[in-house]
Amino acid sequence: MTDLTLSAAGPVTPVHSVLRRFITLALVHGVLIAGAIFMLAPFIWMLVTSIKPPAEIFSAEISLWPKQFYGVQNYLFALEKAPLLRFALNGLVLCLGILTVQLLVAIPCAYALAKLNFPGRNALFVLVLLGLCIPVQVPAMPLYIALAQLGLLNTYFSMMVPFFLSVFAIFLFRQFFRSFPDDIINAARLDGMSEFEIVWWIVTPSAWPAIAAFSVFSAVAHWNDLYWPLIVISDAKLAPPPLGMMFFADAETGSNYGALTAAATILTAPLVIAFLIARRRFIDGITMTGVK
Amino acid sequence: MATVALSSIAKSFGSTKVLGGVDLDIADGEFLTLVGPSGCGKSTLIRIIAGLEHQDGGGVAIGGSRVDHLRPHERRVAMVFQSYALYPHMSVRANIALPLTMSRLSLRQRLPLLRLLSRRRREVMRGIEADVGAVAMQLQLDHLLDRKPAQLSGGQRQRVALGRAMVRQPAVFLMDEPLSNLDAKLRVHMRTELAELHKRLGATFIYVTHDQVEAMTMSDRVAMMDSGSILQLGTPSRLYEKPASLKVAQFIGSPAINLLPATVAAAGRLELFGRPMALAVPLAQGQAVTLGIRSEALALVHGEPGAPGRAWFTARLRRKENLGSEYILHFDLAGRDAQGVTMRTTPAIAAGLSEAAEVTLGFDEAACHIFGTDGGRVEPRGENGATGSVVPLRA
Repeated sequence: MTDLTLSAAGPVTPVHSVLRRFITLALVHGVLIAGAIFMLAPFIWMLVTSIKPPAEIFSAEISLWPKQFYGVQNYLFALEKAPLLRFALNGLVLCLGILTVQLLVAIPCAYALAKLNFPGRNALFVLVLLGLCIPVQVPAMPLYIALAQLGLLNTYFSMMVPFFLSVFAIFLFRQFFRSFPDDIINAARLDGMSEFEIVWWIVTPSAWPAIAAFSVFSAVAHWNDLYWPLIVISDAKLAPPPLGMMFFADAETGSNYGALTAAATILTAPLVIAFLIARRRFIDGITMTGVK
Repeated sequence: MATVALSSIAKSFGSTKVLGGVDLDIADGEFLTLVGPSGCGKSTLIRIIAGLEHQDGGGVAIGGSRVDHLRPHERRVAMVFQSYALYPHMSVRANIALPLTMSRLSLRQRLPLLRLLSRRRREVMRGIEADVGAVAMQLQLDHLLDRKPAQLSGGQRQRVALGRAMVRQPAVFLMDEPLSNLDAKLRVHMRTELAELHKRLGATFIYVTHDQVEAMTMSDRVAMMDSGSILQLGTPSRLYEKPASLKVAQFIGSPAINLLPATVAAAGRLELFGRPMALAVPLAQGQAVTLGIRSEALALVHGEPGAPGRAWFTARLRRKENLGSEYILHFDLAGRDAQGVTMRTTPAIAAGLSEAAEVTLGFDEAACHIFGTDGGRVEPRGENGATGSVVPLRA
């Protein structure tokens, strides 16, 4: 009864409230759409450029569709002149290699930091957190010198080795493992499992949203990494995608932007497709660990 | 089958003392319950027996030999947890089989791929499968073997946890509040099942609970704990009928025991609300004591109160609680320095009372428990002049 009298007395009529809702919705979505356009524009530009003939790329007018479809030529040229599949394969080896070792190292470390009691555990965790603050550029020089001395430059190993220890992974998994019930771990101990078996057979299977999320982070970072491969790789056969693109741009294509963007599209596609497939898991992992 | 002997077990977490030198001998095949309020150290004690925590002092012996240096799975104990602690990604079958695969297969035979090289493995697995089947049959889990724990109800999960404990045929079962997560009806049912299981297996059971009903209904003996030490150890009826301290009396029994303040008058005679009682205690005049009266010991007094050996007081009925077969009546002691009292009675008697009725309640003085100011039990002096005693309260 009171509700009825209140709404009748107030100035808010149904038409008003509907209008208000509509405006709020339009505003919110407007902002989000603007953000999305801002993020997507470079990709769209890349896609559009990759199907334009050279003449149109430099014309003053902006168009989202070429007058003359030149995609086939651009893509064929890129595939013919640059070993794109080779670059992609290098990228795959690099990402898988790094990710495998990262998981093998970070999961037991994170378990120990989250679930085992030993003196100095908290100090160790603080050190891990400090490790998050050190950018890769800092140890680049000594690492390069060490690899050069060992004669390991121009190998897959040299590209991977600085990233084998992922402090971020340790941190992420540690946060995730902390919420794993102690009782289950104790039950496994009573059933005769060793700590390593507990890590791999009991705790890890429950952590796969976190593993999926981290895998995406790791793969994206190293697929797109130019800095470190540029330092240790001079052999085009070993180049991962970004470095390969650089070699490709240097050599014969010069300013053939249509072919360049076609190559870039081919090299970006696997990541984008993988992300779209794993999108749900990715978001789950991020929200579940509380790292936002 | 095995005895369990604890000698002066002490444990602190940081500066908090959790257990202060607990001694406990548990007989072979006994069902012993550790009961007490939360934080009394009972869970820590059972985890020390299991080997999941290490004691700061004292020792644990199972089957006559010390196990302090042994890892949890080497102690021939199995544990059932309050949260069931099932492995969430494994089927019921795999959950129950896990202790056996761990003990019967070598590390090489357990590793993926490498295990394919072992010819003996298949044979062992067949044995495990048979044992799991047998346990599942006993617990009526055979139709659930392929499900995941998330697809089971609370009671079914509890059974799986029991199965996982039983399948190893341990000498000692440790149960840490296994029924606390079940609903009331299922809890009553599982109580019976656990008691029957104990009888059938003949193993030693150590059972932790904060629920005194579980302690009373299932155990051979009950150890009531508080603040890291055992207040009283004895059969359930012993704890109920002769509580060694006020804390035990308050914890055991439902509804909780009625407590009335009394004072010691001349010659050790007790006075309740200023009226002398026949009871006498070996305490100095003027001391305060607490009388504990079970709710079933109270009765309505019709006519003139003050029959020999029966104390009485007046009260006002606040609320009637209908439990079907019986009533719990709640009374206020208006104007008196005491909490209300509860009385357990038959529906017929309860029907004769209306709310807010003023009544006289009486009780047999021999049926009441007397506790001193330190909470220790005080035995009254007998009629024939036998001296009473003050039971020293163990710290």
